[in-house]
Amino acid sequence: MSTLSYKAPSTVEEAIGILAKASGVAKVLAGGTDLLVQLRSGRIKPDLIVDIKKISGLSGILEQDGAFIIGAATPGAEIGECEALERAWPGVVEAANLIGSTQVQGRASLAGNLCNASPAADSVPAMIAARATCVIAGARGRREVPVESIPTGPGRTSLSPDELIVEFHLPKRPPRSADAYLRFIPRTEMDIAVVGAAVCLTLDAGGVCTDARVVLGAVAPTAILVPEAAAALIGSKCDDKALAGLDAAARRACKPIDDKRGTIEYRTKVAGVMARRAAAIAYQRAGERR
Amino acid sequence: MSKYHVSTTINGEPTEFLCEAQQTLLDVLRDELHLTGSKEGCSSGDCGACSVTVDGRLVCSCLMLAVEADRRSIETIEGMAQGDKLHPLQQKFLEHAALQCGFCTPGLLVAAKALLDRNPNPTEAETRYWLAGNLCRCTGYDKVVRAVLDAAAEMHGE
Repeated sequence: MSTLSYKAPSTVEEAIGILAKASGVAKVLAGGTDLLVQLRSGRIKPDLIVDIKKISGLSGILEQDGAFIIGAATPGAEIGECEALERAWPGVVEAANLIGSTQVQGRASLAGNLCNASPAADSVPAMIAARATCVIAGARGRREVPVESIPTGPGRTSLSPDELIVEFHLPKRPPRSADAYLRFIPRTEMDIAVVGAAVCLTLDAGGVCTDARVVLGAVAPTAILVPEAAAALIGSKCDDKALAGLDAAARRACKPIDDKRGTIEYRTKVAGVMARRAAAIAYQRAGERR
Repeated sequence: MSKYHVSTTINGEPTEFLCEAQQTLLDVLRDELHLTGSKEGCSSGDCGACSVTVDGRLVCSCLMLAVEADRRSIETIEGMAQGDKLHPLQQKFLEHAALQCGFCTPGLLVAAKALLDRNPNPTEAETRYWLAGNLCRCTGYDKVVRAVLDAAAEMHGE
């Protein structure tokens, strides 16, 4: 017989207190679209579920001087409906909205996608490319860290048991810069990335790339930032030669697994192609901006 | 073990129930409240047969704990027809034969209604993407999509 308990604190401090005092396995619940599947299948057997959706401020999007604060439990549907966010960070929004179905979008959150720590999580490469940070609250106070410091391997994060993510920060988008995210799946909806690629770049007035971030998903134990791939774009107008350099650097960075979704060889090749196409989209978007 | 007391609104009716922490909203709808229109297909959020709306958002009731329904407003397939009067979507599903075995139908209707509430004039592509999380193994989807588009047109008075 199950002895699972449920708590829905109304403040972050209360949530931390509950997590710090928990004697068994405690799990934080935001949208639950991964947690409930794992709970029902018996893959996890928590003693306590801490629902963070009753904490005010943990759902919703706030724009502040061009930067954005996204509450940890904000559902994907709300992210997709925020026009200002989509204008500023189209790659982050398209990545978040690729997660699951309309029904899953009604619940699934960025914090859940990050803390579930699947190497194939769609929103994670886009958030890393955009230099997103997350604010973590815990028994020893608050800290703000880059998104890429959270996942440490499949299903594992750097968070302590008494910690939870409360919000994400997306910086103000510099002029003439844009991001894009592409994933490869064998159909158009309802699947898990074989490969994901996010590119964020900034151009000068002449259309030359001055800054770039390239992140690959589903080709290593965590999403990976590939500075060598970004270096291939910087100083170029993302012409064929630069894109070929990006493609080669992306392929070199891959350390994928063989599974039913794709072989090592296939994933590696597709990673180069996705990186190139995402870069071309980001370049075009950045060029359309002043 | 202790049960949780939940006060919620289901199809406009204030409703209270007791549940255990691990029970899903779908478990309680079907087994405790006897609202058996919502179906259990996959129990993992892939098939959409258990679709309901929570505060207007379309969700899978198998992916939500019943205790989370506290102080929320839930709409299920049972709230769709007004007495004997079918919702235009239900009528169009019948006219277009957009169902065979019927197992996916409540979820598809709830999902389609959520689409039309938000976007009264969807394109075929928008309709197909919106309903991608509702699996049907009988119809091949085409009749479903035509029924939804026809219902949208009728609700406009076209």
